[in-house]
Amino acid sequence: VKIRLTCTVNGDAVDALVDDYKTLLEVLREDLRLTGTKHGCELGECGACAVLVDGQPVLSCLALAAASSGRTITTVEGLGADGQLHPLQECFADLGAAQCGYCTPGILMTAKALLDREPLPSRERICEALSGNLCRCTGYLQIFEAVEAAAQRLSDSGRKEAP
Amino acid sequence: VSDRTNVIGRPRRRVDGRAKVTGRTIFADDIMLPRMLHCRLLRSPHPHARLRSVDTSRAVAAEGVHLVLTGDSFPIPYGILPVSHDEHALCRDLVRFVGDPVAAVIANDEAAAERASDLIDVEYESLRTFASPTDSLEHSEPRIHDYGDFGNVHRAVALQFGDVDDAIAGADHVFDDVFFFEGNTHLPIEQHATVALKDLDGKLVVYSSTQTPHYLHRALAKALAVPAAHIRVIATPNGGGFGGKSDPFNHEIVVAKAALLLDRPVKVCLSREEVFYCHRGRHPVLMRFRTGVTKDGKIAGLDLQTLLDGGAYGSYGVASTFYTGALQTVTYQIPKYRFRGCRVFTNKPPCGPKRGHGTPQSRFGQEVQLDKIAEFLKKDPADLRLDIVAPPDSLTANYLRVRTIGLADCIRKVVDRSGWKEKFRKLAQGRGVGLACSSYLSGAGLPINWNDLPHSGVQLKLDRSGGVTAFCGATEIGQGSDDVLASIVAEVLGIQPFDIRVVTGDTDLTPVDLGSYSSRVTLMMGNAAIQAAERAREIIADAVSARLEVPATRLVFADGRVFDSENPDRGATFQEAVCMAEARVGTIGTTGSYTPPKSPAKFKGGGVGPSPTYSYTAAVVEVDVDPETGWITVPRVWIAHDIGRALNPTLVRGQVEGSVYMGLGEALMEEQAFRRLPARLSQALVHKFPSLLEYKSLTSLDMPEIITDLIEHPDAEGPFGAKEVGQGPLLPIMPAVANAVYDAVGVRVDQVPVTPERILRALQAKAAGKAARTGPTSFPDVPWPEPLLVAPPWEGGDGRASNQTKGTSGRKPDAGIEATAGVRS
Repeated sequence: VKIRLTCTVNGDAVDALVDDYKTLLEVLREDLRLTGTKHGCELGECGACAVLVDGQPVLSCLALAAASSGRTITTVEGLGADGQLHPLQECFADLGAAQCGYCTPGILMTAKALLDREPLPSRERICEALSGNLCRCTGYLQIFEAVEAAAQRLSDSGRKEAP
Repeated sequence: VSDRTNVIGRPRRRVDGRAKVTGRTIFADDIMLPRMLHCRLLRSPHPHARLRSVDTSRAVAAEGVHLVLTGDSFPIPYGILPVSHDEHALCRDLVRFVGDPVAAVIANDEAAAERASDLIDVEYESLRTFASPTDSLEHSEPRIHDYGDFGNVHRAVALQFGDVDDAIAGADHVFDDVFFFEGNTHLPIEQHATVALKDLDGKLVVYSSTQTPHYLHRALAKALAVPAAHIRVIATPNGGGFGGKSDPFNHEIVVAKAALLLDRPVKVCLSREEVFYCHRGRHPVLMRFRTGVTKDGKIAGLDLQTLLDGGAYGSYGVASTFYTGALQTVTYQIPKYRFRGCRVFTNKPPCGPKRGHGTPQSRFGQEVQLDKIAEFLKKDPADLRLDIVAPPDSLTANYLRVRTIGLADCIRKVVDRSGWKEKFRKLAQGRGVGLACSSYLSGAGLPINWNDLPHSGVQLKLDRSGGVTAFCGATEIGQGSDDVLASIVAEVLGIQPFDIRVVTGDTDLTPVDLGSYSSRVTLMMGNAAIQAAERAREIIADAVSARLEVPATRLVFADGRVFDSENPDRGATFQEAVCMAEARVGTIGTTGSYTPPKSPAKFKGGGVGPSPTYSYTAAVVEVDVDPETGWITVPRVWIAHDIGRALNPTLVRGQVEGSVYMGLGEALMEEQAFRRLPARLSQALVHKFPSLLEYKSLTSLDMPEIITDLIEHPDAEGPFGAKEVGQGPLLPIMPAVANAVYDAVGVRVDQVPVTPERILRALQAKAAGKAARTGPTSFPDVPWPEPLLVAPPWEGGDGRASNQTKGTSGRKPDAGIEATAGVRS
């Protein structure tokens, strides 16, 4: 059975008919063709499918799309703005935080939620926030460093923009 | 190539970095095509059974179903090694492990395919199941395969280099230790996926998450009886490989067949559980090291036996078997050496190559035993090793050629950086440090399919736009091979990696590269890239030289210009220079290729182990062990890696840290272990924990601090002096952890993983006055063949076996790829 889903995805209004059994992950990837969001288990174990729903990180493989009606969803495709990469993306690319790149979108979105909450998190807080995201390539350290560098960059530009 | 570099050696964003952080890298499952259908495989719930009948009639009639395939559609076997083409895309007569596929349903969507697969009626006749190597050794019937050395033994090999028994008998001390290394799996976060279709002109195209598009190409040509020239394999970037996507897989062949039959795109994406059953990961290995040692700690002779649990199919297993005995000699001087290895079939998912391929298991045994030897001789384990490091530019007892060897520097570096001398045997009870070393190939010296063809090819296209496109069959699996290709071409041509477009892993467009395995890509593709780029540089230099009237030898390619080294203002931009060349010689394209040097090993089995050069690593691991509970944590790791030269230090560090991470997983928790279901559930052998949650791996919270040092002595065999880094740094971690546990609490855990439970058991044994260890106590009797006798180089040997009758290597050359369809005899 199809249901009507209205929500906002990466700033765009979405009004779609989707299968009622589909997860948010499936709708994002298969119906909206936003394949930046990945799957590693579809059981909520790896964090590859993390997206932001109303600013909170959510495992989209465990969320029914139907439950997202009226919500604001952000995926990796919506992380940059004004034609620019987000500082997290810049730092991940520059500092070796993405090797195969498969877990990267989920980690970026989880880190974004952290920095939105805590602009300059400690290393411990970063470890904690990312502990639900598995990465098999990096050994995590370059990821931690990239999050720290991005936090610093965001904080510096925030200071500059302040009157 | 000048010493001053503009790209090489500088930390840089990788060329595919932007794609990866924007989620725009297209992995296989991201491919969605019009009219695409979906495939699910029906897998055997029995570990060993005869297929009596497969009735697909109900499934064929189900809603949304387009095609149901069974083993009848796949009469031709295939496999990665020419000596073990023992797989069919769908089982035909026997199922050999839980998860072996018996049928495939192609339907409108995955759910319909799944539903229909439940409607397939399969009648199985259960057979005796083999769960362990001793089981397979003791019972030869029923045979899991109708080939192999005997019974359920896939392969038993024996090689002897000098009179080992005499050396051990004459040694001051003999150490005899048995170790066990449990299997574990790659666990790439991306599940295997494949999309197959007929191209516009009717030819087969296969997109797949494969590390080895060339071998998949070969397997498809053979198994489907389609000319290789009419098949295009495109390796999508792999979302992690680690060796687990190196075999040609049944699901790849199934969707290719379905696409040919239906003329519609067909996709398959494995579930996480299926990935666990796909496996091809680390072999569980039982091993016995009998080592004769002089009183000052020199090795007089080593007698090594290994027993590998191969699982249900051949895979890379024959190579894995030899690898368990190949690389002991490239780290330390071992004047006499005997290696006997045996791989048996069992009714479990097939084992194969995982990062380090066959070498981590025996590296663990060797490095833990060296720790015991040092303890017994009251020598510092670092000093003991420094005294026996293999010399540079030497041949080992088993005819491996050591080129540069930075192992001593690696040991000194980690000793210095970790404060080893102040810590070893001096830390408080419960805290300890352990040291271990390793070595790995920079690419396998021999191809899987024995022929005279290059191992890697690179092609360059340059034109008046100033653009350079580099084509190579190498596969980006996250390790950064695209970046290596772009950076080497950029360096030679004096431009930036961003100026170069790379096209890789596409059998229609790119010259053959054998694939992303055996740490071969940087060295082999890199050398091919240098050759292609130098040829392009020469064409351009000749044209610029003629136009500007400057001798070509004086021209420098740097900073996007081609200019006179004696008068830098006199020159042209790179684009202008290419235009001059295009005007002079016409369309510009160059090629480069690489074939490794010939190995001096001429005995059968000598094809496994040779490499153009070897990387070396030393590591010190610090552990905290709670003596009450055995709970173990790793706060810090110091690691030094002899890489020859770091092409992009950012990526190199990532490989080292990723290896430490994966090594700690193997050391502490990762287990591909199986259990029997109760009798009412057929006693099937099933994976204990086929999920990401229960198959424990390190999370961000478990990561220690890692202090990485690179030892850079450029090696003449490597591009710009580079050696491998993707695998070697994993190898010392497991033994270093075990050695650190001994330093911390005085017990030996002679098996991997080193779990709290095992530490606690050893502590309890120690407290009870028994041997302070856990681990295997005996090695079974294996009916070994007579060893091939090869005299070491220092005993006048020529690399041949004195008692080998047929051929030199026992391998027959092939044509490179099945040129036409047909069943192989």
